Amino acid sequence: MSYVVPKETYTGKVYTLQFGSGNKTITVGGENALPFLTFEGVIPHKPAIAIEIQDTTPADWPETLQKVFEGVSGDPIGWAKYCQDTLKAEAIVLRLISTHPDRENRSPEEAAKIVREILNAIEVPLIILGSNHVEKDSQVLVSVAEVAKGKNSVIGKAQEGNYKTIAAAAMANDLKLIAMSELDINLCKQLNILLSQLGFDKEKILTDPMCSALGYGLEYTYSVMERIRAAALTQNDPTMQPPIIADIGMYVWKIKETVASEQELPHWGSTAERGIAWEVITAVSMIMAGAELLIMRHPRAVDTVKKVIGELV
Amino acid sequence: MLIIGERISIIAKRVREAMNKRDPKPIQELAQAQWKAGAHMIEANIGPAEEGGEDLIQWMVTTIQGAVPIPICLDTTNYNAIEAGLKVHNNEWGRPLINSTSNDPERFSMLELAAKYNSQIIGLTVGKGGLPADAEERSAIAAEIMARAMEYGVPLEDLFLDPLVLQMATSQDHALKVIKAIRMFQELNDPPMKTVVGLSNISNGCPKDLRPILNKYYLTLLIYEGLTAAIADPHEVTETAKTIDVIMGKTLYAHSYLEM
Repeated sequence: MSYVVPKETYTGKVYTLQFGSGNKTITVGGENALPFLTFEGVIPHKPAIAIEIQDTTPADWPETLQKVFEGVSGDPIGWAKYCQDTLKAEAIVLRLISTHPDRENRSPEEAAKIVREILNAIEVPLIILGSNHVEKDSQVLVSVAEVAKGKNSVIGKAQEGNYKTIAAAAMANDLKLIAMSELDINLCKQLNILLSQLGFDKEKILTDPMCSALGYGLEYTYSVMERIRAAALTQNDPTMQPPIIADIGMYVWKIKETVASEQELPHWGSTAERGIAWEVITAVSMIMAGAELLIMRHPRAVDTVKKVIGELV
Repeated sequence: MLIIGERISIIAKRVREAMNKRDPKPIQELAQAQWKAGAHMIEANIGPAEEGGEDLIQWMVTTIQGAVPIPICLDTTNYNAIEAGLKVHNNEWGRPLINSTSNDPERFSMLELAAKYNSQIIGLTVGKGGLPADAEERSAIAAEIMARAMEYGVPLEDLFLDPLVLQMATSQDHALKVIKAIRMFQELNDPPMKTVVGLSNISNGCPKDLRPILNKYYLTLLIYEGLTAAIADPHEVTETAKTIDVIMGKTLYAHSYLEM
């Protein structure tokens, strides 16, 4: 008797989301099956990876990671061009970390200036993130959104405490929006409902259920993402159908395993290799759970994850 | 759960007057209000309509579907009127539902119409001999209706079995028998048979302020047993249906789930 693969059929479908302009756009989502289960449905787009840069020297990144961008990371515009031209990044994430009140506390105008310069310098799609400070982000992202008008960029992250202002700015300038909630599927759904009630188009949202690194709560993120996809596909819940974004680098490159030196922990092996492996494993776990767009930092980790994706699809 | 809005019925004075005068406004207002309140389908009950039933139902169907993009449940005992209604029904918005056939030979012809027009149909589990005594008798009649449906070429997934809800005030013992029948009907086939009730009949004859209470709690128990559809006032029952969906894990909870 021949073996018949048991197949699940799904009633729902993930929204297709395109960002970027010109001939360098990225499209994610659109699938009606769980990740990589191509025999159960149609998965028209591969998960995409955006490489992260910051608007100031990344002094808080581990040395092994800083070294990769030595010579370019002091200048955000040069850094962005390096990612596009040399690393062949398909998209770039600009984190406006210097606007955080506990950091350089730069003004929304200064942030907007950097964004304008980067948008003029690169062709690949740009994802613009605030500093994750609820009040400051609602000022910074409003200024930045005006500059990004017409570029079909992604801005974020809108959270419970600031979603109204940020969503309004995204709507006014026709941008895509990241909606973030803190590892809670019910609050994730709630935020997407609230955004819809504001009149924000569900098909322009990227859901960020909050990421975490391997060994530091990865299983919580995994479980929330998995349940979001299950609700989207099996319950046909439209609030759970926006593509998922996983902000990986910021969680990976601060933990002991990626930071501790070989002198400190010789039995753990090379610090540089350890960090790359950690980012790869975290990223691969996230695409298995259902993430469609990844934010990563180390170019070698990015290349490895791309290879994995290539072999899975 | 499928909610079939019950409010466009000849029993209501406002509706009856609108039907007589062919005044679309009250009908369309009721259709829209029910649709906005969560109805997935609108019942058009024109009564026996022995004279002019064909014209009337066609006017009703086009008037209602001129206001809301959802299908209609056609309720009359007049065979010609049902056929006339099916002819003008806009199936792009979902398939119509005939209310109803039963185990009374006079009503078998409704199955013929369901097959001919690819319509869904309600099978009321009563025969010529009066009301069923208990769940078992309802189930036996249901099996006969199912056999008849197959004979007429109506797929079983297009048949909604209706156990006939009786009035709490006069037939209290039937309340539980109907719930049991909903459970038994589903066991008559695999995949389970679809079921429907005329919900408000449970509170017919009760004081006005009691009616929504009886309707909602009764519906809760029926959904728990697997009820597929209810002919009811969506203003009253949408909240119940959504809440039970959340409790039973069919919808993901969020604080605003009632607004979805």
